[in-house]
Amino acid sequence: MPLIFLLGILFGISLTMGEVISWFRIQEMFLFDSFHMYGIIGSAMGLGIAFNLLARARKWRAFGGKPLDIHRYEAGWKRYLFGGTLFGMGWALTGACPGPLFIALGAGYTPVLVAILGALLGTILYGVFLRKLPH
Amino acid sequence: MNPWPWYITGPLIAAVLIALLLAGRRFGISSNLRTMCSMAGAGRVSEYFQFDWKSQRWNLIFVAGTMAGGAFARYMMLAPGPVQIHADTVRILKERGVEDAGAAFNPAFLFGQEMWSNPSALAMMLVGGAFIGFGTRWANGCTSGHAISGLSSLQWPSLIAVVGFFLGGLAISHIVLPILIPLL
Repeated sequence: MPLIFLLGILFGISLTMGEVISWFRIQEMFLFDSFHMYGIIGSAMGLGIAFNLLARARKWRAFGGKPLDIHRYEAGWKRYLFGGTLFGMGWALTGACPGPLFIALGAGYTPVLVAILGALLGTILYGVFLRKLPH
Repeated sequence: MNPWPWYITGPLIAAVLIALLLAGRRFGISSNLRTMCSMAGAGRVSEYFQFDWKSQRWNLIFVAGTMAGGAFARYMMLAPGPVQIHADTVRILKERGVEDAGAAFNPAFLFGQEMWSNPSALAMMLVGGAFIGFGTRWANGCTSGHAISGLSSLQWPSLIAVVGFFLGGLAISHIVLPILIPLL
C-alpha cells in the first residue's frame, strides 16, 4: 500500500508539472492548437503498448507471480460511444478528467469540489438508470 | 521549477501504468467514483453499488496519493506563473470572455474563489462533473482506463470510447462554450 500511495504521488506530480490540471491546456487540446496534450497521452500510450506487447510475448507476471490484471472490456459499442461522448462533454466543460479532478483539489483549487460532487451525483444517476440505457 | 514538457509527463504516466500492473493492480481512476458512492451507502438505491468496495481500497489510496502529489508539485516544485498556451487559444478564449487566458494557470471564473458567488459558473462545474460521472461509468472508463490502459492493450472498445471523448469534447469546445461562456 505505501508503494501504491507513492505511485499516486508520482502521478499527481507528473500531471501538475505537465499542466494537465489546467483548464486552459484542455481547451487548447480541443481547439487543436498545441501538440502538448496529444504528446502526453500519445507517449504514455505508445510506451504502454510496447510494455503490453513485451509482457505478452515474454509472459511477464506481476510481483508475487499473479498474471497481470489487464481488464478485458466486453464487446459492444453503444456504452463506449454514448458514455464516452457524455464524458468528453464533461471533460471540455470542467477542463478535467477524473484524475485531474482530484489532483486539482489537492493542489488547492477548491472550486473543483463542485465538479467532484457533480461526478458523484452523475455516478449515482448512472447506477439508478443503467438498466434503461443501451450498453 | 518550470513546467514539464510532454516527453517527461507522458513517459512518467506510462511508468505509473506499468508499475501498477507489476504490483498486481491496474490503472483507472473513474472506478473510484463508484467505490466512493458505495462507501456512502448508495447500495440502497441501486444494485450497481452493492459490491465488495473494500477490494478497491488500494485505488482510493492511489487517489489520495495523487492529491498529495498535486499539492506538493504546486506549492514546492512548480514556479508560479501562467500556462503558456498557444496564442490562437488565448485569442479565442478572450473573444469568449475568458479575460485571464494566457495570464493564469486556471481561469478565475471556474477555479478561483469567485466561482462560489457565480451561480452559472457553479452550475457549469456541477453539470460538467455530472457528465463526467455518468459518462465514465456508462463507458466503464475515463482517460486513464480507456485512453491509457485500454488503448495500450489494443482494445477496440477503448478506441470507440476515446472517439466518443473527442466527439463530446469537440462539440462542447467548438459549439457550446462560444455561446455559454459569454452568458456566465
